[in-house]
Amino acid sequence: MAASPILEINNVHASYGNIKALKGISLKVMEGEIVSIIGANGAGKSTALMCICGIVPVSEGDVRYQGASILQTAAEKLPIMGLCQVPEGRRIFPRLSVKENLILGAFYRRDNDEIDNDIERVFSYFPVLKERFDQHGGTLSGGEQQMLAIGRALMSRPKLLLLDEPSLGLAPMIVQRIFEIIEEVNKKDGVTVLLVEQNANLALQSSVRGYVLETGSVTMEDDAELLLNNQEIRKAYLGE
Amino acid sequence: MDVFIQQVINALTLGGLYALIALGYTMVYGVIQLINFAHGEFFAAGGYIGVLLLGVMGGMGYMETHPWLCLSISLVLTMAYCAFLAMGVERIAYKPLRKQTRLAALISALGMSIFLSNGMMLARGPLDQPYPLQYSSGGFEFGLITINNLQIVIWVLTAVLLVGLNILVFKTRIGMAMRATAQDKVMSSLVAISANKIIALTFAIGAGLAAAAGIMVGLYYGSVRYDMGFVPGIKAFAAAVLGGIGNITGAMIGGFIIGTVEVFGAAYISGEYKDVFAFIILIAVLYFKPTGIMGENIDDTRV
Ligand SMILES: Nc1ncnc2c1ncn2[C@@H]1O[C@H](COP(=O)(O)OP(=O)(O)OP(=O)(O)O)[C@@H](O)[C@H]1O
Ligand SMILES: [Mg+2]
Repeated sequence: MAASPILEINNVHASYGNIKALKGISLKVMEGEIVSIIGANGAGKSTALMCICGIVPVSEGDVRYQGASILQTAAEKLPIMGLCQVPEGRRIFPRLSVKENLILGAFYRRDNDEIDNDIERVFSYFPVLKERFDQHGGTLSGGEQQMLAIGRALMSRPKLLLLDEPSLGLAPMIVQRIFEIIEEVNKKDGVTVLLVEQNANLALQSSVRGYVLETGSVTMEDDAELLLNNQEIRKAYLGE
Repeated sequence: MDVFIQQVINALTLGGLYALIALGYTMVYGVIQLINFAHGEFFAAGGYIGVLLLGVMGGMGYMETHPWLCLSISLVLTMAYCAFLAMGVERIAYKPLRKQTRLAALISALGMSIFLSNGMMLARGPLDQPYPLQYSSGGFEFGLITINNLQIVIWVLTAVLLVGLNILVFKTRIGMAMRATAQDKVMSSLVAISANKIIALTFAIGAGLAAAAGIMVGLYYGSVRYDMGFVPGIKAFAAAVLGGIGNITGAMIGGFIIGTVEVFGAAYISGEYKDVFAFIILIAVLYFKPTGIMGENIDDTRV
């Protein structure tokens, strides 16, 4: 696909106290790709995304975004550069309204007219959010919150979108819809996507490439199609 | 009946002042879960800087010609000064401890409180600093009830500040960012909100409001003292807890309740015990409903 890597992670280590969560992982995402990271519980997937976003400190190694190291960049500067995450558990602001959650997604932007347009666009993806516009985020159902979390992320007009288990706890219908939207955003707006998923089947079907993370290390990386057909992967992550 | 109405007037005045101070406690708690024991000192510093500025302007002769302009300028400068003071205190005494236990920051706050109030004593001596009396002359009388100009000014100013704060917190982008930071700091940094800036702003706003209250207290009671932050500080803290700490509307309501109880307690029960009523309320709230009247279930207006 496209030529230059938008994201490069080189030999990244990270720990929580004396728990080593990442033991030197490396991965690369090219502009325009959808790439997934799959792996069991506790493998370090969420930690990897939090390291990229400057929330969990990297103890060794480097994270490069659009060609430059972002290790020294404050976490709150990254969304302005187009790097945006929908974190695990959605993390909707519970006592802010749906409207306010969406507006905050565009917090760094000053183009108010465009922000209004983008809110309309989020509604076109997730019409239910329009009905819930003035309701507190914390009162939405899990699925609605996931939609809001993705909508909020889109409000920042990301170049690289990190998604941590967008399908978690959702009905199959909604999961299907969310993956459709991820693909649409990727194709239409050219948003690059790095996807963390337990639902390896679905994730790999949408992706061009995939990485397998096991207890803090990358144990496999390949084209998504090849991973989908790999016997070991099918046994370990696709429940066969 | 006249006495009663007079007490209502006094209660409104005092309650508004407690409300202004209580907001600083509740906002800081809402955003970083710290009880800022040095907050009363911002109130005292406001009273101090205010009297200093009025004195300077008096020395230049402007107090006779433009008393209200002098007061307005002093108020604005004092609020700004205390806002910066609070940001400095946060930077020096709390920010380095943000990742440590809450107890560390709490002790640091106590230290700051002692440091600031002693600083004020060293700067101006331990005696009362008299405020100019000219503002309280004039007003209205209805039978035995009097409302002087100063009370009206205090009401109007308090109302403007309380309404202004509500607009800021609940209607503006920056207020939205403040509430978001209070609710989830990691997520707010993922939407490009700088927690450091929001925390500094929260301290600045809280101290600015307390400083305004400090000037008004100086005008109302005629003088300020270096240690005047302590008792009103604890009463305002009681008001914040009564309202549900972290809840902005709660702090305002709490302030008015504490003011009312104090004024009526002093008038109808015992004037000597006037400082005790707030603490009785504090203990009762902590015992029966630690989350306060606006806590937990009616949670709309938490920061
Ligand atoms: N805040 C934390 N404090 C201490 N240890 C943590 C913390 N967060 C994660 N860990 C540990 O780091 C390791 C990796 O966790 P991480 O959340 O990255 O896994 P994950 O792959 O996202 O798992 P899951 O699929 O369950 O979300 C785990 O062993 C976990 O216990
Ligand atoms: Mg995870």
